Amino acid sequence: MWDYTDKVKEHFLNPRNVGEITDADAVGEVGSLACGDALKLFIKLDENKERIVDAKFQTFGCGSAIASSSALTEMVKGKTLDEAMSITNQEIADFLGGLPEEKMHCSVMGQEALEVAIAKYRGVEAPKHGHDHVETEGEIVCKCFGLTDLFLKKVIASNKLHTAEQVTHFTKAGGACGGCIPKIKELIAEVLGEEKKAAPEKTAKLTNLRKMQLIQETLENEVRPQLWADGGDLELVDIDGSNVQVAFRKACAGCASSGNTAKFVEQKLREMVSPDITVQEVQG
Amino acid sequence: MKEIYLDNNATTMVDERVFEEMRPYFCELYGNPSSMHFFGGQVQKKVDEARNRVAALLGALPDEIVFTACGTESDNAAIRSALEVFPEKRHVITSRVEHPAVLTQCRNLTKRGYRITELNVDGNGQLDLKELEAALDDDTAVVSLMYANNETGVIFPIEEVARMVKEKGAIFHTDAVQAVGKIPLNMAESAIDMLSISGHKLHAPKGVGVLYVRRGTPFRPLLVGGHQERGRRAGTENTASIIAMGKACELAMHYMAEEAGRVREMRDRLERELTALIPNTRINGGGTERLPNTLSIAMEFVEGEGILLLLSEKGICASSGSACTSGSLEPSHVLRAMGVPFTCAHGSIRFSLSRFTTDAEVDAVIRELPPIITRLRQMSPFGREFLNK
Repeated sequence: MWDYTDKVKEHFLNPRNVGEITDADAVGEVGSLACGDALKLFIKLDENKERIVDAKFQTFGCGSAIASSSALTEMVKGKTLDEAMSITNQEIADFLGGLPEEKMHCSVMGQEALEVAIAKYRGVEAPKHGHDHVETEGEIVCKCFGLTDLFLKKVIASNKLHTAEQVTHFTKAGGACGGCIPKIKELIAEVLGEEKKAAPEKTAKLTNLRKMQLIQETLENEVRPQLWADGGDLELVDIDGSNVQVAFRKACAGCASSGNTAKFVEQKLREMVSPDITVQEVQG
Repeated sequence: MKEIYLDNNATTMVDERVFEEMRPYFCELYGNPSSMHFFGGQVQKKVDEARNRVAALLGALPDEIVFTACGTESDNAAIRSALEVFPEKRHVITSRVEHPAVLTQCRNLTKRGYRITELNVDGNGQLDLKELEAALDDDTAVVSLMYANNETGVIFPIEEVARMVKEKGAIFHTDAVQAVGKIPLNMAESAIDMLSISGHKLHAPKGVGVLYVRRGTPFRPLLVGGHQERGRRAGTENTASIIAMGKACELAMHYMAEEAGRVREMRDRLERELTALIPNTRINGGGTERLPNTLSIAMEFVEGEGILLLLSEKGICASSGSACTSGSLEPSHVLRAMGVPFTCAHGSIRFSLSRFTTDAEVDAVIRELPPIITRLRQMSPFGREFLNK
């Protein structure tokens, strides 16, 4: 059972602003029946066309999708279009006291619908996110949900996502057949790479203790499960600054390709922890 | 709020008589059945009795019963054993609608160089035996197909399948976790080699399972160590739960007629009335043989999690084959394999009854579900289009 906050439950059980505005100034639609969730958002502006005076929604989706839609309509009322445009999916989640990470895509859907509605009203081209299986700019990465690289990179950057699993939770990409997960990892690496260029000192701030923790976490969560799948394993022997010493176990021990495995471990640690990591195989 | 529990394919209530049977084996009769003293010996006798009771339910011999920790362990042990028995054979057959306990293992085998055939199912969730026949070859080590599906209750023609597999010389395993206790099985007249059972699906506690291994079927254990279970499953016996499993099987035999009678009638009434009261529904697997206790109903233009949460507010516990509750984002692999249209695949709800289900509980669902569906359809852009038509 999902651990929903009381506020999520309350907005699901008593959603605000369900319905439609027949003379709406702006309507934004995202999602589809096939995707499993969809949102249609209606916005009404005041007579000067400055501030949002009313908002209504219709949602097909799970409990948190309905709660996120309800939250969104409450949040935009009284705001100018520019103010509304600046609402992030994280703010929608925060309004609800947080969402389980697996459900963050619901808040992303709310933010997308708002963007589409405002863009349409302003007569500019609606942002192409691909959530509704139409042909879009950028390259489709997730075929199951029709999501483009541009959209995924935006969500990765704005929510500071580090793993493919997180990207799935925030956008659903990779959540069905899983075929695009390698590509999602590449996109994360690209975004992280761009960020590093922008802020090269960021990784240098890692304290030694934090670095050791990160190394251990990465080995436990990212590396060892992959080795187990092939009947292998490894043990962390020592961490000396950025030099990580590991010993291979089971099928990996004495395996002719353990050099490649060490390279794989190094790559993973560089990606997840710090680019200066070196991995050394020791007998332990 | 008293719960209305209609999720018995997920897990069941431990029958109080089962609990009473196991209760003394924690603080009083805690001996190890392998010990050479009266204190362990008396537990050994109860474990033997449990084995006899499980065997009686299955129409099997007591030495064909191996106690395990769960249905998943039984499934894993069976498939792994078959592969070790035929190290030269590199082909495994299963189906697209298996429980993850089988399907995940088979898919992992591809990484070890095995060829896996996942048989398709038709719109009713039923197998095409011609497809099985075409897939079977001399390289096939094991065929693992479920007796009855956990999501839809659809029953495969397992005896026919088992005979086809035996003719080809492969080992046949069936995950019968959902079938045992709900429909009669008789291993004495069966061609099944191995069959998995889970305790907590038939009113025994969680943490105990059974693997039936036919006499003469070669077997290699998954867990090695001590001599327990005649060397087929090492590890000190989970005595209390094994004794509970025995009692649960004895009771299941006693209640089999009730499953086929009263439980089926309640399920059929639920199905009839919901279909009449809620427009645009379909019964998943409705056109083929199903377990008497399971109803999987798909409703268009709504999403399963919302239905479950609103049912839960009324104390009603059910389950969905929907994406949002299971962690995966696609509709269930079972409904997808059946080709359930996407307009209702996300809105499928499973009610699974038991001998503890009452008519009043069925009435409550019939009363509460239709307004929930109307409410969610009014909230859904697709539902509104449909209602306004």
